Amino acid sequence: MSKRKVKETHMPVGECISQVQMILRERFCHQRLPEKPVGMESQHKHLLELLRRTAVHGESNSVLIVGPRGSGKTMLLNCVLRELLEVKDVNKNVLPVHLNGLLQTDDRIALKEITRQLNLENVVGDKVFGSFAENLAFLLEALKKGDRSSSRPVLFILDEFDLFAHHKNQTLLYNLLDVSQSAQAPVAVIGLTCRLDVLELLEKRVKSRFSHRQIHLLSSLSFIQYLDNVRSQLSLPQDFPDTKFYDEWNDSIKTLCEDQLVVDVLQSHYNSSKDFRSLHLLLMLALSRVSASKPAIKPTDLLEASRVCMVDSKANILHGLSILELCLIIAMKHLNDIYEGEPFNFQMVHNEFKKFLQRKSHSIHNFDKPVVIKAFEHLQQLELIKSMDSSTAKIQKEYQLMKLLLDHSQIMEALQKYPQCPTDVKQWAMSAFG
Amino acid sequence: MQEGIQCSCCESEQCLSVIRGIHSDDSVEKTFLGNGRNGDKHTCICPIETLVWTNDYTLVQRARCNIDCHCLSMCHCLSMLSCSKQCSYPSIFIYGHRATGKSHVIHTLLKELELPYATVSCVECVSVGLLFEQVLLSLFGSDSASLLSRNPSLSDFVRVYKQLCVQASAKQTRYIVLDRAELLRDMEANLLPAFLRLQELVEDNVTVILLSEIVWDKFRPNTGCFEPLLLHFPDYSKGELQQILSEDSHPSYSPELYSAFINILLGVFYSVCRDLRELSLRLSMLKFQPLFSLPSVKESDTHKLWRNIEPHLKKAMQTVYLREVSSVQWEQQLKMEEKEAGAVRGLSAHAHVELPYYSKFLLIAAYLASYNPARTDKRFFLKHHGKIKKTNFLKKHEKTSNHLLGPKPFPLDRLLAIFYSVVDSRVAPTASVFCQISSLVTLQLLNQVGHDDQLDAPKYKCAVSLDFILAISRTVSFDMVKYLYDFL
Repeated sequence: MSKRKVKETHMPVGECISQVQMILRERFCHQRLPEKPVGMESQHKHLLELLRRTAVHGESNSVLIVGPRGSGKTMLLNCVLRELLEVKDVNKNVLPVHLNGLLQTDDRIALKEITRQLNLENVVGDKVFGSFAENLAFLLEALKKGDRSSSRPVLFILDEFDLFAHHKNQTLLYNLLDVSQSAQAPVAVIGLTCRLDVLELLEKRVKSRFSHRQIHLLSSLSFIQYLDNVRSQLSLPQDFPDTKFYDEWNDSIKTLCEDQLVVDVLQSHYNSSKDFRSLHLLLMLALSRVSASKPAIKPTDLLEASRVCMVDSKANILHGLSILELCLIIAMKHLNDIYEGEPFNFQMVHNEFKKFLQRKSHSIHNFDKPVVIKAFEHLQQLELIKSMDSSTAKIQKEYQLMKLLLDHSQIMEALQKYPQCPTDVKQWAMSAFG
Repeated sequence: MQEGIQCSCCESEQCLSVIRGIHSDDSVEKTFLGNGRNGDKHTCICPIETLVWTNDYTLVQRARCNIDCHCLSMCHCLSMLSCSKQCSYPSIFIYGHRATGKSHVIHTLLKELELPYATVSCVECVSVGLLFEQVLLSLFGSDSASLLSRNPSLSDFVRVYKQLCVQASAKQTRYIVLDRAELLRDMEANLLPAFLRLQELVEDNVTVILLSEIVWDKFRPNTGCFEPLLLHFPDYSKGELQQILSEDSHPSYSPELYSAFINILLGVFYSVCRDLRELSLRLSMLKFQPLFSLPSVKESDTHKLWRNIEPHLKKAMQTVYLREVSSVQWEQQLKMEEKEAGAVRGLSAHAHVELPYYSKFLLIAAYLASYNPARTDKRFFLKHHGKIKKTNFLKKHEKTSNHLLGPKPFPLDRLLAIFYSVVDSRVAPTASVFCQISSLVTLQLLNQVGHDDQLDAPKYKCAVSLDFILAISRTVSFDMVKYLYDFL
């Protein structure tokens, strides 16, 4: 086909931007799977091979996918499943069952969910089973088709696997892994978890039935690969209708990724966390500034987005405190400095505050004790201070021991940004003792 | 292109991004472009005002009237919310001080832009079932909640939600707003992580917005969770507070007088409290006739006004701010004060309960037992105590002052010993004396330490403050300070 015959569609800028937003938002809000996951080729192959053996050859397997939060475990699994289900006979036979540790908090609930997902509710009906194992065996038996001698392969996908290990006696895990070891039916048990020590949580009998096959997703991207990933995430796909806009956009993204400011921002992000999720958060914030009047992402957008991501929330809260509350925090800081972090009570803080009022302050009024107590309680509500012991012994509230949950440097930084801070308060904060 | 168009309220160009985010209506963009090319017909494009072009004029006006002083945070919120066909981030966490307008802005935005949403305040949800019911009711109508069983678990909720989604598929992003989200931490442990990833669990276009006063770092569960988008709602500055409080002025006063009054009020209360709710409460209590209708003061004489009002404000700080006196009582007391020259007192001043004579001495003895170390009893309470080495009474380090550390427990025998030496008349150890000790415990002026079963040697602690005990000792003419170790 000659290039001249290809019709070039031009859309108004607004429409283009809206399309761009839609495509990129789908990527960043994890609603659309990528074509193939980045940096996980070997893991992808391994998992695909394993599941194919279960689905096609009827071999039972169990595997654990382990990786920190946001490293792409669910994404990997979904990509593999998508590829697996492209084969026609696999699609017809295989039954995936998705369980989640957050939802199925009990083995009973889990069993009901399994029954429901296998569409065997009518078959089970009102039967009462003696044990979990009987119930599970009945379900798997029921999956045997009439004419074929073997039963359909079932893929049990257990999200938040470590939460299942906290159930009573770990019956669900035991039975599933037992089925995967014995020759009852072709079953694959795939667990996804963020804990590296998940095997320690399993009981001995459960652990011995597990095949000890683990796929680790510890992201090993170098910074160059990370930058490439950013560029590809922000670029538009080939099938974008308006080709002129597509070229412009991709060029602007290319220049963006070569800008030094952007590289520095991405470097600092890469140093704190390499996973995809935090990257998507950053790009989402940068994307929200794209509009019809500004149809490209500028370096300042990324800088601003990075600033929003890395802000210290406690400093923001300190910004909104009243002067009295701020003075109390400074008094607590001094107590921490003098007594090296030992817990204090309200009387000590009030004493410290009174010393400041007598000696150094000109602008702060001498408030009554109940007013100061109210300010102290407000700080407690904001969880900036916490009581040390929650014992039931009756201690008057002025004498309860508390701990300050703020760092020295956080307080000093917040003081710099505090609006209209009186100078005597600032000087008191910076003085070494009292 | 549309360069250089600025929003007059927040003076940032980013406002324009929200236009596309909200309405993918072409009419917006075309009119906008048209006017720009014709040479700057308008200079102010606040995100809400641009919606004028979509014929939703009433929508705009209402939204504008309802949201004040929050343009920048509103812009951020708007840009996060999505228009119909787009996805939105699964969870958003908005934090800021009390009364900074978080719920107000979110609700106004969601209502005025007519997005489907459900709002639940976690304070009302004593059980998770209530939470689920309310969400389903708001999003799917009144019959949907009946699909939930009596004690629904999270698994039931997700299942019912998926079922209802299939019947009523989402054309727009649905929003679930959870107010006072810090209480979610105390409910079941799986609730918070599940809500953060609700979009993934129910496979629907839904966003959960959490509003809270407490920072996100306190919410994170042990093994981590899906990190939401964090947005901060900044607190009001003094100028903004003044502007907001001056908005509803009393019709009989001129606005200048009223804003002068607000200025004075802020001057007194701003260093103590910046919470808009509390300040407007104080304000509503102090807005009454006597303050302003003083014959000697003319409206423009602010200095005299200040001198008249200032003592009232100071008293208000002690009583009304501490919520010891309700607004009605405050007004009555002030009216009474015009007739008599009594001072307005709060509850704490009335707190010296009338105790019988011996009970007062028992309380004094208990206070001395709690705050004096046992080894110093000999010096204070015996007539002939012999030579006491000076080293025992060197000035102690401030840290160990008993008034800073709190009361110490003492056995009953010690209390009685001190009591007998403090009371000037001879007292027989009758049951009535012991009875009074028990009533002091019931009044919570003494606390019993240790187990109830210890009948032979019960231990107590004194639970009153220094001011209180000094007031009591004054009524029985007992010089308390002489007997306290810390004031030697």
